[in-house]
Amino acid sequence: MKKYSLVLFLVGILLVSGVFTALAAEAPVTITWWHIQTAEAEKVLWQRLADEYMAAHPNVTIEVLSLENENFKTKLTTVMLSGEPPDIFQSWGGGVMNEYAKAGLLFDITAYLDRDGWRDTFSPGALGVYSFEGKNYGVPRDMGMVGFWYNKDLFAQAGIDNPPTTWSALLEDVQILKDAGITPIAVGEGDKWPGAFWWEYLAVRIGGQAAFDAAYSREGSFTDAPFIEAGEKLQELVALKPFQSGFLGATWGDEATLMGNGEAAMDLMGQWAPGAFADNSIDKLGLGEKAGWFPFPAVEGGAGDPADALGGGNGFVIGINAPQEAVGFLKYISSVDSQIAQAEINLSVPVVKGAEGGLTDPLLKIVQQGAAVAQYFQLYYDQAMPPAVGSVVNDNVQGLFAGTLTPEQAAQAIEDSAAQEIK
Amino acid sequence: MKKNSVDQDVQTLPQKTRSARRLQDRMTIVLFLLPALIFFSIFLVYPVFRSVYYSLFSWKGFGPAVDFIGLNNFKRILTDWIFLKAVRNGLLIVVLSLAIQLPLSLALALMVGRNLRGRAFFRTIFFMPYVLSEVITGIMWLILYNPDPKRGFINAILTLIPGLKAQPWLGDTRTVLLAIFVVLTWKYFGFHMLLYLAGLQNIPPEIEEAALIDGVNKRQMITYITIPLIGSTIRTSVYLSVLGSLQVFALIWIMTKGGPVNASEVMSTYMYRFSFVRFELGYGSAVAIVMLLISLVFSLAYLRLVRQADYLS
Repeated sequence: MKKYSLVLFLVGILLVSGVFTALAAEAPVTITWWHIQTAEAEKVLWQRLADEYMAAHPNVTIEVLSLENENFKTKLTTVMLSGEPPDIFQSWGGGVMNEYAKAGLLFDITAYLDRDGWRDTFSPGALGVYSFEGKNYGVPRDMGMVGFWYNKDLFAQAGIDNPPTTWSALLEDVQILKDAGITPIAVGEGDKWPGAFWWEYLAVRIGGQAAFDAAYSREGSFTDAPFIEAGEKLQELVALKPFQSGFLGATWGDEATLMGNGEAAMDLMGQWAPGAFADNSIDKLGLGEKAGWFPFPAVEGGAGDPADALGGGNGFVIGINAPQEAVGFLKYISSVDSQIAQAEINLSVPVVKGAEGGLTDPLLKIVQQGAAVAQYFQLYYDQAMPPAVGSVVNDNVQGLFAGTLTPEQAAQAIEDSAAQEIK
Repeated sequence: MKKNSVDQDVQTLPQKTRSARRLQDRMTIVLFLLPALIFFSIFLVYPVFRSVYYSLFSWKGFGPAVDFIGLNNFKRILTDWIFLKAVRNGLLIVVLSLAIQLPLSLALALMVGRNLRGRAFFRTIFFMPYVLSEVITGIMWLILYNPDPKRGFINAILTLIPGLKAQPWLGDTRTVLLAIFVVLTWKYFGFHMLLYLAGLQNIPPEIEEAALIDGVNKRQMITYITIPLIGSTIRTSVYLSVLGSLQVFALIWIMTKGGPVNASEVMSTYMYRFSFVRFELGYGSAVAIVMLLISLVFSLAYLRLVRQADYLS
């Protein structure tokens, strides 16, 4: 009798646990997803992908949160410090992501990438930005380079036939545009990172890969000649007063508004610029046919190759508390079809093989090619280095724009921070 | 009558029951204080002590703090010229508030406190900015200050006046702090005005009537009767204004992030930048402690030197 009841008991346990496992497979899960696309077409695309995935996986609910860039950074910092990352969220990879990875806030997806050849669908350089110490924490959706977006009509109006290819030609063109009564350059230096591109690109052109590698490995220093010269060149430009009125307090949104409405001639910006120009313009069309693009000009006597690129991209990483389904969804939005859809609305310069064809904008094709062929691809400094150093770079370059710091002082401040943070 | 009988009751009670009742009263007090005390401890006292602890570390905010560096954070704060500039900017806001904002509030209170036509209307619109959230205020003024006359209302008006040009109010290191002070004044004068109005209502009309019979003029009435009689209100308002000015954050962060190049940096924006942009939470905690100490020293000194009179009277 006793034996019988024991067997019954065991069978019962098996049955119950079996039911639970079956339930678990279909248990409802909720995935939180934070992205930074606020333009209508882009928001709609992300929502559509989420809806499609939810339709195919009825047990999955995806909560999509669209945040403006600066607001996203603030909100993300808060939840990260409290140890509760969203399940899938925007990342630029590099230094900031590494801090999160070190703190154990990110989910290691290396094993998933190695399954079914998912890894091989990405271009390796772009994927590498989202790895730290050999582990992958996310995947890219976009990779491109910073360059000059310009208004061809305004250039023609000032009588400039070809975009400049050297730094001194750029300075001359700035003067010509000014003389024609056109604001030569839009910059949102209140946000700091748009201006930092200038100093960083000058350092890339003047010092090449060797200068940054030396400084970053701590064998050299950010007070080395190329970084100081970058500051001096930048101040040559600032002395011409080429920016819109109030640029020191302006945001990236203000910058895109000026460009989108055709009120400034050029803008040093990444691959997301055309979309933002359109979204911030009055007619929501942006520059359209008037848009042109040229790479950052060569600096006379610089060690860098003119084909070297400063850039980076966008991607998504997975938070440590995410359910497994989050990885499945990440894979879904990284598919070739999704990438083509992103490319078609100029949201992403694709990083998944076979999606390049989705790019319809000829300028973005140039950007994509440029980034792909660059021998030396420098990630933006504020992503390549720890957040503290990146922030110090941005703050001090603003000082160069304002003329309150000398190139030496700015370089010294950056070096001090690097000495403390990079070990 | 009734009171007497209760007293008699109490006197007739045995000694033991009386002390028991006193104990019961104390228990009641403790019981009623407890919820507030718990929240105060969890959300205020405990975090302050955590901050003191973290301020002794080089800590990025993730995981436990392990890199003990003693008082180095404090040493760094006191030698950082940007922090000193933030303190100077903060003091400037304090001085300007006391010199401009409060007198303005008092003047308006005297105006709308009198039998002015439509004073209820004025009282409402003067108080309205105070009700808006700081973030909304910041964004609104950001648009008003837009350097482009096509988008910014203030510059649009300016360019209508011959000989004047549009100014990048928030984009110029020389004007940014004043531009922010204008917003602070706009937002907070209504609050101080309301304090003064309450004070004015407490002045017994007999005193003013007596003064009128004695033949004082309007100016004498204000300087010798009104202001001295609302002295304690003024002292409260000064106290709140100074502490508020030392801690202003959201407006400045929204409008300028302390820039351009630290021109509108105050202690709170400095603290925020280090804590949440640079992930130097140990250092940020140390800045918070310094802020706390400055506010605390001011509070204690002010209570002792200035407001003591209010409690004694």
